[in-house]
Parts: sequence; C-alpha cells; structure tokens
Amino acid sequence: MSIKNMTKEKNWSGQTMVSTDYLLFEAPREKHFMTGSEVLKEAMKRCTVDASVSYPITPQSEAAHLIGELWAEGYVGTYFRGENEFGVMSEVAGCAMAGARTVTTTSGPGTLRAMENFPMWSGTRIPCQLVLMARGINSPLTIQPDNLEVSFLLETGCMIWYAENVQELFDMSIAAFTVAEMPDVHVPIITAVDGFFVSHTRESVMLPADDIALFPYNPYKAPLPPIDSEMPPGRFLRDPFVMKSNYISYATHASWQWEVRSAVDRSRPYAKHFLNGLAHVTGDQDAEIVFVACGTASHQAKEANRELTKMGIKSKVVKLRTIRPFPHAELLEATKSAKYIFVPEFNIVGWLEKEVTQSLYGKSEAKVIGRPRVAGGMSMPVEAILKEVLENVEKGA
Amino acid sequence: MANLGPADYSPYPVATYDGILTPPEGKALLLTDIVDEEVAMREIARVMLTSENATIFPGPQVLYAWNEEAKKKATLIKEMAEVLNARMIPMYDYRPKYPKIDAAVEINPNHPNLTIWHNNIKACIFIGVHCHYANVALKIVRAETDCYTSAMCALSGHEDAMATIRDQHSEDLARFIKVAREVKQELGK
Repeated sequence: MSIKNMTKEKNWSGQTMVSTDYLLFEAPREKHFMTGSEVLKEAMKRCTVDASVSYPITPQSEAAHLIGELWAEGYVGTYFRGENEFGVMSEVAGCAMAGARTVTTTSGPGTLRAMENFPMWSGTRIPCQLVLMARGINSPLTIQPDNLEVSFLLETGCMIWYAENVQELFDMSIAAFTVAEMPDVHVPIITAVDGFFVSHTRESVMLPADDIALFPYNPYKAPLPPIDSEMPPGRFLRDPFVMKSNYISYATHASWQWEVRSAVDRSRPYAKHFLNGLAHVTGDQDAEIVFVACGTASHQAKEANRELTKMGIKSKVVKLRTIRPFPHAELLEATKSAKYIFVPEFNIVGWLEKEVTQSLYGKSEAKVIGRPRVAGGMSMPVEAILKEVLENVEKGA
Repeated sequence: MANLGPADYSPYPVATYDGILTPPEGKALLLTDIVDEEVAMREIARVMLTSENATIFPGPQVLYAWNEEAKKKATLIKEMAEVLNARMIPMYDYRPKYPKIDAAVEINPNHPNLTIWHNNIKACIFIGVHCHYANVALKIVRAETDCYTSAMCALSGHEDAMATIRDQHSEDLARFIKVAREVKQELGK
C-alpha cells in the first residue's frame, strides 16, 4: 500500500473516498459496542490519515497503539514512535509541515512535557489533530480525569473541542480534520475527551461502514506553502522566521498573533455545521437553574436535570462542544433565563467556571457558581450536583 | 504608529474581533458587507483606477511557474495591471529581509507598510500571496497606512482587506479584467 495506489475514487487502502457530509450525516450506520480508544481507531480508519506519531506511555489509553494497528493494516500512511512526548509533538509538526494529515494522542503529564510544541503548531498554521484523552497532571497521578491539562492548552492558539461520549468522539475526530484543514482556518485541533470514562469504557456507538473514508488532505490549499524541497515556492519560503526575530517589526509579531486567533474564530461557521452547533442545550428552556459543562460532566449534569425534574424543579444543561473558539453568543443566548449558573468540573481550579464568568461578565446578572468540583480521581456523583443546587437555591431564596 | 485599534490594546485592527469573517462561497466582502462578486469587482476596479500609485502585489503562487494555472494567472495579472494603469511590486519571498528591503522594488509581509509609504501607494491588490502572509501583511497595512487594500484570493478570501473576492482562478481573473475595462470606459480613464 502506498500513496501511488491512490485513484480519483479510492484511497491507498482501497476505501471509496466520500465527502465529510456524507460520512457524518448520510452514510448508513450500524450499532457497535466499543471503548473510546477503539472508536478512535475506527474514526481514524475512515480519515485517510497520512501519518501518526506516538509515545504510548502507560497507563494512558490504547488509542495510540490501535492507530499503529491501522498502519499495519494499511490504512495509515506512516506510523512511528517518538523518543518522548516532546519528540512526538515536534515530529507531528514536521509531518504536517511537509503536507501530511497527521494525528497523535496524549493525556496528562505527557501533554505538559510536550507543551512548548502546541503554540508552535498554531504559529506555523498546521492542521494536525491531537486527541487528548484528558486525565490529570497532579501528583498523585490519576487515570481518571481532572482534565487540568486542558486549562494549560487554552491559550496555545489551537482549536479545542470537547466530546461527551464515544459517539461524539467518533464524529468530532472526523469533523476535526475537515474544519482544521479549511484554508481560512488551518490551525491545529485538539479533540478532548475525559480519559478513562470515555477512553476505557464501552458504550454503544453508531458507525458507518469502514469501506468509505475522507478525501486526502491537499497541502497546496493551505495558507502557507508546505515544505516541498523540490518545488518553489515551498523550497525556500518557510525559513523559520522566529530565528530572525530581531529583523522583523513588532507589527509582524502582533499581527501574526491576531491572525492565529482570527483563524480560530473563522472556524465557527464550519464547526457549527459539523457539530450541529457550538453548544447543545437540553432541559427546560425557561429554567432559572442552568448547568454549563463539557465532557462527561455534562452527562452528569443531565442526570441531575432529570432528578430535579422529578422534584418539580426546572433546570437545563448547556453543553459546550467547543472551548476554542469559545461559544460566547451561544452561551449568552442559552443562559438568558438563568438566575443560577452551575459549572460542575472534575478539576480543582475551575478553569471552565473562569471561562464562563469571563464570557458573561457585564452581560448576565446570573450568579455563576463553580461547583461541584471533585478534584479528579473520582467520578462526579449526581448527588453532589444536586446538593450544590439545593443548598444554593435555598440560600438565594 | 497607528491609533489604538478595536482588538484589545493592539494597534492592529482585526476584523474577526468585530465579527467579520471571510465571505461565503460565491460572495465577496466589501468592508463589512457581503456582496455579489461583480459588485466587489467593480468597486476594486473603480478604486484602483481613481487612486494615486495603484499597485498590484503579486505573490509567489503567481510569480513562479510551478503549475499551468500559475502561468495562466501570471499572464492575466500583467494584463490586469495594464487595464488598471497599475504598477506591480512583487512579494516573492516571505522571509524577513536583512539588513532591509528595497522598498522601491519589493514588498515583504513582515513590513509591508515600508513599501506602501515609500511609493505613496493609495490602492493595492494582493494576489497569489499565501493566505497567512497576506493576512499578516493586510493587518499591518490597514493599521499603518491609508492604502485601500483588495485581496483576490484563490481560496477563502481575507476579511482584513477592505475588499476581498474568494475562489479566484484564471477564468475569474479574465472576468475581472472584462469588468475593469467596462469601469475604465465609464470613468473615461
């Protein structure tokens, strides 16, 4: 199998190439029962991935080695192991700059070891995908999520999407390539899920057939020339400009930073289409009690919503599907009726509460309550959410 | 240095921060308005024909004969310059220049304002410049100069230009030249 086996209709593994819309919205699907790691393998199998680099540290998830199996099966163009997480993310950059559709996965402390690379990725406008099976970064380590590493990634200039379950992980990780590769976007994308709860546990998932896949990435439809040592202009135009930063103006640095942020903003209409909105709302539309959450915390918030309904208390859940770009307008609209906004989180610092508070500052009179926070290492019991709601509402009343 | 812009404390205007995004397929962007392509084509032609030292800035994608489309476009851009009575200053390299650029003969995305100041350019068209470098340059030009910027883009367009048309391939350039000839005649230029 090689890129030479590609035809106009078939990719190198013989899969029929289809549009993202067909793959995500139109192709018939069948029910399966899989872990998040297995589902990610199924998603990447349908993405005509050119390259994947891994450093499968234990106990992360099986995702990286399952993508390795895809290489052995002829679905992924090339696959290799980095020396460490920093090496992996650097090598991902190299693959993507050379024009390869590239994916990797990581979680927890490995994310921080690789940290320097993420703003470099966005600054060089590569559309690679990092599937972050968020875990925790604190000692003692945990394989259950406190998702604190997401807060470190917020200002890297990468897009960040957050999946709640294995189904969303499948659909998001396919859409992620398509949106990231849009010429006016073309920045890296981090597809986050809560590790263990999603990566290690089985759920029902609807999958299209595996004989169809995305069209390949076209690096010549990109905002920068790919590194092409044979052909101008790529041959000499991507000299790393930071090496000559003393010869560029302040204007360039500032304008470049704004351009990366603008690129993330330009993803909004595409993400809206492929994710069916940047935020999903469930529950009573006119509820004064609103939960704002992402990932599996939003699942638990939905459980709390059901329990509150049984008690005759109205509430609704706003699940944020994109964190970067942050869905400011969607959040404001969805919290119009709110008197109390609860932000349940797995981590101890409340990074999502800060995001919500900042976004609504001066625009909403609702009280933002960053609770419960379970500080990682455990699930988020519905009882904990209900306790916070009942105590706070009683106080407020 | 320009006055403070709308994007926090940066002096550089950033259209996306005002909610302006690239135009949808089949449309163009004139400042904040989404318009039909031909409306934008006529306005770009009018501004170029009525401004001092109108200049086309061709980028690497049309300066090097790296495919057949690039060759076709290069020929059409020369014709476009003639119709618009415009000169051409190339952006052939994106690397910062040491010790400094020759602003009389080239433009560079790291300090595009120097070329515009030096040549007193009041209207320009970016064409064949890779989108990232065009966007970096357009923000600086908008902040630092009073030059009217247009971007004719083969991909999705540029919201930081004052006028932008997207998906511009050789057949579209030929159409623009036709429109420009009509505008020229109307203006008696």
